[in-house]
Amino acid sequence: MLSDVLLIAGKDLRVELRSRIALNQVVPFALLVLVLFGFALDADSSTLATFTPGLYWVAVVLAALLAVHRSVSLEDGDGADEGLLMSGLHPASVFLGKAVALIAELLLLALVLLGGVLILYGAPVDDVTLLLLTTVAAVIGVGAAGTLYGALLSGQRARETILPILLLPVLAPVVIGASRAFGDAMGSVATDGWSWLLSLTGFAMLYLAVGSVAHGALMEEA
Amino acid sequence: MSVVSLRNIVVLLGQFPALSGATLEVQAGESVLLQGPNGAGKSTLLRLCAGLQRVERGDGSILGHDLHRERRIIRRRVGLVGHRTMLYDDLTTGENLRFWARAVRATPEELDQAIERMQIDRRLMDVPTRQLSAGQRRRTALAVAAARRPELWLLDEPHAGLDQAGRDIVDSLITDATAAGATVLVASHELDRVRPVVDRQVTVAGGLILEGADAV
Repeated sequence: MLSDVLLIAGKDLRVELRSRIALNQVVPFALLVLVLFGFALDADSSTLATFTPGLYWVAVVLAALLAVHRSVSLEDGDGADEGLLMSGLHPASVFLGKAVALIAELLLLALVLLGGVLILYGAPVDDVTLLLLTTVAAVIGVGAAGTLYGALLSGQRARETILPILLLPVLAPVVIGASRAFGDAMGSVATDGWSWLLSLTGFAMLYLAVGSVAHGALMEEA
Repeated sequence: MSVVSLRNIVVLLGQFPALSGATLEVQAGESVLLQGPNGAGKSTLLRLCAGLQRVERGDGSILGHDLHRERRIIRRRVGLVGHRTMLYDDLTTGENLRFWARAVRATPEELDQAIERMQIDRRLMDVPTRQLSAGQRRRTALAVAAARRPELWLLDEPHAGLDQAGRDIVDSLITDATAAGATVLVASHELDRVRPVVDRQVTVAGGLILEGADAV
């Protein structure tokens, strides 16, 4: 099963390396959102530093919508989704492979944006370990939920507009938990960031498990 | 032994009945031409036999597996080459072939044989699939299907876009597959081309399958 997961993930990442959609479109979009937040808050450095955790995760989630849509549309092109159905690959392997590729792309995006907020917003960092672990756990949650809802909407017309409506409410707990944990790591919120990290890890595991079980049925219905 | 056994199959595409009581028996090692006008239900029939189409009413089995309950098993034992090639535009021809060969559990040797069989120019291996012509894409898709050595071939307009050499390869693919014991269903409008290489023909019209004198 692991080799099948790596087969799918490798294929998605190879396609992404060739097309450079994430690098040339998703990352610039996310950076633009960060800059716009800065304009909206009048470039007040103390305000920006205070709200950095929330602004950062909203930017990550908005950019993730584009990445999820891209991940789904890879299979739509010339009937590859049906090819996967007819292959010997287990649906859970397909789900996990696509999730791994999406998570890898989102991790890259999150790290670039992290550099962006540290430079643009001048946000301080008190606990680097908590910051990085929160990023990893939250991105896994976003990637797993995104892959699951992407499969749910595969083959649907108007998917571009329906995806945010369905996915954003699901990702609200990630934005809340990751913002609180980041707030603790950046010293802007008096809370226990490690317990929020635990919740994020639970969310990520839940969506990885649900996606692995449900993906087969979703592929059938697409 | 019946490889394809369909009894009064009804398939709805939305509200439209694509098949409205189709009945067909195809024996192992047999090759059958499906002819009929556009929209008659030929492609739907092939997708049904591939386990990709849900059955609204009726009974049937493909390779002995129930069409309602065992579609997942059916899909792994058939080779479908339809209008869509299932290739990734951003991967090269070689990458597509290697990916799909691993996905369908074909060995590198089986893939090599399929590439030879379809006479795919080795220089195309490093060319992105989006740069291939329609005929080259079709050959690549046929090679993927050949690599998995299906027991039931489902070919939807297999000559479309192919040059003369490619068309000859498809013809020999059909005869060689049946000689090796596989079963072949071919949907085509090129009747004069396909008739000589198949055992019999049926007509799909209005969602029904007509055989014998009715089929002509």
